[in-house]
Order: sequence, then C-alpha cells, then structure tokens
Amino acid sequence: MLFDFANVLVFTALGLGFVGVNLLIGRLLRPANPQARKLSTYECGEPSTGSAWVNFNIRFYLVALIFIIFEVEIAFIFPVATVFRGLIESGEGLLAFVKIFIFVGILFLGLVYSWVKGDLEWIKKVKT
Amino acid sequence: MNETAQDQDTGFHTEDMTISVGPQHPSTHGVLRFVVKTDGEVISEAIPDVGYLHRSIEKIGEKVTWHGYVPYTDRADYLAAMFANQVFCMAAEKLAGTPVTRRGEFCRVIACELNRLASHLISVGTFGQDIGAMTPFVHALRERETINNLMEEICGARLTYNYIRIGGVGYDILPETCTRISEFLDHFEPIVDEFNRLLTGNKIFIERLAGIAVVSKEDALQYNLVGPNLRGAGIKWDIRRDIPYSVYPELEFEIPVGTGHIGALGDSFDRYWVRIRELQESCKIVRQCLKMLPKGPAISKVARKFKPAAGECYVRVEAPRGDMGFYVISDGSEYPYRVRIRTGSYTAMSIIDKLSKGIMLADLIVLIGSLDVDAPEIDR
Amino acid sequence: MQAYLDQLIQGGAFAGMPREVVYAIGMLLAAFIVLSAFVAPLAGVTSWLERRVWARMQSRVGPNRVGPQGILQWLADGIKNLLKEDIIPTAADKKLFSLAPYIVFMGFLCAFVVIPFGGHLIVADLNIGILYILAVTSLVVVGILMAGWASNNKWSLLGGMRSAAQIISYEIPAGVSVLMIVFLAGTLSMQGIIKGQGWAPWDWYLFHNPFTFAGFFLYFTAALAEGNRTPFDIPEAESELVAGYVTEYSGMRFLFFFFAEWGNLYVIGAVATTLFLGGWQVPPLAIFENSPMLLAVAQFVTFFLKAYLWVFVAMWIRATLPRVRVDQLMSLCWKYMVPLSFICLLGTVAFMFVPADGQRITSAAMFGLGVAITIIFFLRVGFQIRQAKPELYFKPHI
Repeated sequence: MLFDFANVLVFTALGLGFVGVNLLIGRLLRPANPQARKLSTYECGEPSTGSAWVNFNIRFYLVALIFIIFEVEIAFIFPVATVFRGLIESGEGLLAFVKIFIFVGILFLGLVYSWVKGDLEWIKKVKT
Repeated sequence: MNETAQDQDTGFHTEDMTISVGPQHPSTHGVLRFVVKTDGEVISEAIPDVGYLHRSIEKIGEKVTWHGYVPYTDRADYLAAMFANQVFCMAAEKLAGTPVTRRGEFCRVIACELNRLASHLISVGTFGQDIGAMTPFVHALRERETINNLMEEICGARLTYNYIRIGGVGYDILPETCTRISEFLDHFEPIVDEFNRLLTGNKIFIERLAGIAVVSKEDALQYNLVGPNLRGAGIKWDIRRDIPYSVYPELEFEIPVGTGHIGALGDSFDRYWVRIRELQESCKIVRQCLKMLPKGPAISKVARKFKPAAGECYVRVEAPRGDMGFYVISDGSEYPYRVRIRTGSYTAMSIIDKLSKGIMLADLIVLIGSLDVDAPEIDR
Repeated sequence: MQAYLDQLIQGGAFAGMPREVVYAIGMLLAAFIVLSAFVAPLAGVTSWLERRVWARMQSRVGPNRVGPQGILQWLADGIKNLLKEDIIPTAADKKLFSLAPYIVFMGFLCAFVVIPFGGHLIVADLNIGILYILAVTSLVVVGILMAGWASNNKWSLLGGMRSAAQIISYEIPAGVSVLMIVFLAGTLSMQGIIKGQGWAPWDWYLFHNPFTFAGFFLYFTAALAEGNRTPFDIPEAESELVAGYVTEYSGMRFLFFFFAEWGNLYVIGAVATTLFLGGWQVPPLAIFENSPMLLAVAQFVTFFLKAYLWVFVAMWIRATLPRVRVDQLMSLCWKYMVPLSFICLLGTVAFMFVPADGQRITSAAMFGLGVAITIIFFLRVGFQIRQAKPELYFKPHI
C-alpha cells in the first residue's frame, strides 16, 4: 500500500517538475522585453484605478461555510458506505439505514434552514 | 454605498469597486466604455462613456461636395451603411427638388431591406454570443456573408456601399441578381426558423432574457428610444409606416411590437424578438419589391455640380437601429453648410444609466446587447 | 505494478540495486510515460478535436493545416506559447502568480494515478481511489483562487471568486452521486467499483435503479460545472469577465491552465465511466482467453471510448447552449441538485434492501428505459437535422 501512495508523491513531483521545466525552457527561448505599459494591469484599455484587493462580498464566505458542512457530511458517510453491504448481510442494515437517514436528515434540515433564511440567494434583498 | 441585508446584520461591509467595462472589452460591440460601480455582482451605477470612435463625419460634411459626401455617410453606421446613404440623399433631393426615378426607389428599398437583414443578423448573432451561445453567431454570420455577396453584386461593395446617390441609385439591379436575391430569400426564411429552434426557444436563453432590463412605455418615450427598442416596449411606431417615405406605402408588411408573452413587456426578450420578426418582415418586403420592380432608368439626371437652393431640412428613415435622421443646411453652394446626424444608438445610451441600477454584471451585457448599440453610430 | 517490479527483481534484472531505488525508478518511469505518452497528447488532441467538432457544428472548417486534418495543431500551439513573452504585471503578487499554474496542473495530473485504463493498466489502485480523485481535483480550486487573487486585476478577482464558489458548490452533488455508487460497490477502490459491475449494460450501475440513473446525470452536470464548461463557464465568461482568472496570464503559464482544463474533461469522462458505465469491462470472448495482451488492448479501447464519448458530449453541449447567470447557477446547485442528490442517495440505499431478483428486474427495466430514451433522443436529433435542410445551403455565385 505504501508503494501505491508513493506513486501519488511521484506524480505530484512530476506535475510540478513538468511545469517548472517547461517554464525554464521557455525562459531560455522566449523574448523578455518588459515595459511599464506592458506590465500594467489590464482594465479594458483604460489605466487601472485602485487595487483589486478589496473587501469583496460576503456571499462567497456563506457558500464556503455551507460547503464545508456538507463536505464534512459526505466525508463521514464514506466509511459507512464501504461497510453498508456487509451490514445488510448481517441483518443490521435497517438500523444502519435509519441512522444514515437521521444523519442526512439533520443536515438536510440545515439546508432548509439556510434556504429559508435566504442564505442560498445569490443576490440578497435589502431589508426595508 | 450599496449595502446588502447581510452587511447591516453583521457590520461587515463590501467595498464597491469601480470597473471600466470597455473600451477593450469583448462584449461592448466596438470601442465603448462603461464606468461600472459594483460590489462584484450587483451594479449600483453604470455610466456610459462614449467618444472613442469619433471620426468627425458631421464636420467632414462641410468640407466635401454634396455628391462627395455620400461615401462618408457609409461610415456613420457601417453595419447599416445603406440607410445613411439614403437619408442623406433624401435630404439633398428635398432641398434641390430632384425627382427620384421609380425604379431607383425600388432599388433603394431592396438594398435597404437586405442591409436591414444583414444588420439584424449581426445584432441577434452577437447577442447570442454575449450570452455564451457561439453557434448561432456563426450561423448568422454565414447568412450575412451571403447578403454581402449579393450586395457586392448589386453595388460592388460588401460593407460601405456608396450605392444610393442623389436622384436614384448608382447601379441598376440586374435581372440575374434579382433571381439570386429571391433564391436567397427562399433559403433564408427557413433559416430564421432554425435560428429560433437553436437559440430563441432555448430555456437558458429565455431565462437570461425574460424580465431583464424592462423598459416601460413611458420610459421608452421619455428616453427617446427608437426602432426595435421602442417597438419592444410595445409602442407601434415605425417611420416606414408613420412618416412614409420612398415606396413603403405601396408595400405590405407588419410592424412587430413587443408583446411580453415571455417575461414582462419591454424586457430584453421583447427587443430581441422584435428583431427576429423584423427579419421575416424584411424578407416579405424584398419579395414584393422584386415582383413590383418597374422598368426604367435607375437614376434621374442630376447636375454634376449639385447646388441645392439655400434652406434646411430634416429627413428621417427607419434604420435597423431605429430612427436615423439627417439635418442638413444648404447655403446654396457646392458644399453643405452644416450636417447633423441623429442616430438611434446614441439615444439608447442614455437609458443605460437608469436601467442598470440594481441589475447584475451579466445582465448589463444582456442590456447592451438587447439595445443593439453600435459604437460607430454613437460617436459618428 | 509492484508485483511486476518484484518479479523483475527476483529474476535478477536489477542485481545489486536496493529495492527502493528500483521502485523509485519504476514509478518515475510509469509517471513519465503516463504524462508524456498519454496525458499531454490527450489534452492536446482534445483541444484540437474540440475546435474541429465545434467548427463543424458551426459550419466552419476549423484548424486543418498542421499535420493531417490539423491534428498536430496542439503542438504548434504549444510551441507558440513556449516562445511567447511571459508577462507578470507589476501590481501582481509575483510569488502566488507564478505558483498558481503549478497547483492547477498538479491537481489535475494527480488524478491520473487512479484512473483504471484496463484490468491491470492502472498506476496504483489506491484503496481510497474515488475519494482521492475528489480530493485532488479540488486542489484546482486553490490554484484558480490563487490566480484570481494574485493577478490584482478586478476581472481576475471576480473570475477567481466566482469559480471557487461554483466549484465548491457543485462538489456536493458530485460527491453525493459518487457516494451512491460507493454504497452499491462497498469499496472506494476504482478497480473494485468496476469489478462490481459487468460488461453488459444492464449490469452497469447506471441502470442499477432509477436513483443511480438520475445520479449519473447529476454527476455529469456537476462535473461539467466543476470543469468550468459551458453552460457553466461563468468564471471565464469572455463576454462578461474578459477572461476571468486567466486575464493576466500569457504564454506558457496561460497554456497550463488550459492544459488542465482539457485534461480534466477526460478525467470527468473517465470517472463517469468507472462509476456508472462499467469501466473497462469487456465481454468474455474466447479470443481473450489465451491472449492477455489482446484483452488489455480491448479493455483500454473500451474504457477510452466510453470516457471519450462524454468528452464529446461536453463539446456538443458547449456548441449548443448559452451560459447561465451566476445566481441561476448557484440556485440550480443548492435548490435543485443538492436536495435531489440526497434523495437519490437515500433512494439508492433503500434500494439495496430489495431482494436480488427484484434488483435484476429493475436493472432490466431501467436498461429498457435507457435504450428508449436514447432512441427518442436520436430520433429527435434526426428530426432536427432533417428540419435543418442542409440542401438549402446557399452557394454564393461570386
């Protein structure tokens, strides 16, 4: 098994190496003629105003938060999934199913909650 | 500051950023700029900034002869050059009292309506492309290419025609060209249906258009929208019918107006749908003209040193982007004293500021596309 | 592969070398072969094929100059990009800006470790195979976010943020669809999942029950969204965001993003094939009995074609559909696909209690339904093609 996982390491190294080597070859071949205008930020042909590093909208964090909850849920179901067939054969399947159902149900309630709260709306209505 | 409900709850705030959409942006249809204030998604303000394509066409009019100015009018709106030709020639004829031959009038209408087809094809094609449907765009351009071929047969040019002259048209339309035009129309009418199946009926396309950037009847009148944009808002106003010129009173055609059958009346879909239906109406008009094309000379005798009497006039035609008007003053000399061009795209720009408040960045593109603004026509 | 290397070592092929060194060399060699002989040409040819298919659908010609039918176009493009000047804007965060293509490329390449091209043709059959794929393909988000932020360009920032939001949102339906199959197969290993199915379509998990049938489409849609493909190509929607997170990239760095995108398309197809379409399973014909080489080739071809079919479908979709708006995209995910995928998951789990006979009947019925849907679909396509009247194509006289 260690051998198998070593492959992942090798692929990672190769992936980084491939990009690196290609960029290196490119560096030897390509022209380099930097000018201030060429290196300026693209803003549709007009001089750019201000930095793009601003406080952007909170909706992205909300999506990330909901995502993390669901992703963790999926990660927790994976182990159950692998042994579920065995559980059915040993007659404990129904109990396991009910447990999964409750687990998914709780999370589902969470989805319903954030839906009702309006956190799934991309554009939020301004409170009046 | 455009604060959302979330912001007020938590005390976090989003910094609005000012983005310049254009002049070098893929979907501003030429060099056109919008200074957009947005929180990243919702636009709080979009101010059009025009003038990147100014070519002094009006000023040039004072420096060249009446005949010599016709090619310059082509450049006012290069997607609909024929209409600018026509309206300037009509103005000159009105000042000088020059008659236009009957065959010349029919040739003008045929050329103009073909040009309208080409222009609307570009409009609906690029509109599809703005929304991400690449295929309809190429299909539309394919058909337009055929129209360009026909135009080349008619007047020897594919984009800037310089076809309509004072007193008639530059070249007669040959009988074999007439056959080719009617062959093309036989081919083209089913293509419109295909286009509808490919793009108009698409669920995503409808979702993107319906109810977006709704122009009410009052707004349409107050902001002086013209052409398909006005008709999309449900107002039946077409210069061909309401201030008739040329031989349009003799022709049968309908004036499509927005119905709001999908979404709201006057939304982006209505404006798009009016254009699609105008394609079919233009086909009808060209067919009738081909049938009615009388014999005779294509151009009446006009003095080479054309000197209309002193005076002024305003003439307008229904161009693809709506009412196109030329205000021409003559002081009786060989040169126009003053030429002023009024175009549909320019007035359409004024409503963008109002419509863009509170819509999303993606909808701004839909809005610009549905108004069919054309940068050269705005700046002239 | 370990067994094969062990065999060689025992045969004395590498006398005097420590076992670990042999392993390392073997692994590097395998990885290099996969990258240079399969992944790179695959991504390249996919880019060429996409342009050709697309051009054909739009009544254009497409790239046809470099090599027969232009098939070497990707090489020419690669060389062109290699020779382009590399521009890093002065305002950008240089370190992050340069790092982003590495992460994106690495994330996509690592997925190839567990893709089962054939019965024995797999780099490493990890016991957590499918979970591993979900994990490494998510790495791409990090790269994209990095690229968007580091560019210090407003378009890039918007593109990067939208992309991240989109990819992580669609991770949920994709993950749940995968989970469905894991329940059925009882294993996370890619080979194990394939072996749980048969060569015949009615043994595939796709037709196992109505929920997996729906799950397949959920997975494919979600995967398209994760791969930033039309109709979900909002992060790089060129008519809104210019080029999204790659706005400031040029030359080779730009190429790597697209290398990953096209390669990812195949990964999507491969995972769909593994999970739902029986993977490399071929019918047990007599000619395969005594020729393992032929069997391997047949398996490879089967897998490749099945996977590539979905690459083609993605191209087809791209040529047909406009793109959705970002709020429509998010509500499609959270309000329709996420609840639906959980219903499908519970349905599949409940379905496992159905006795074996019932399951077999359902499979047959679902297979029949699938065939019917396919026939109706192609009849519809045929109808549209007949409606298109290609004989009316206008021949210009000039």
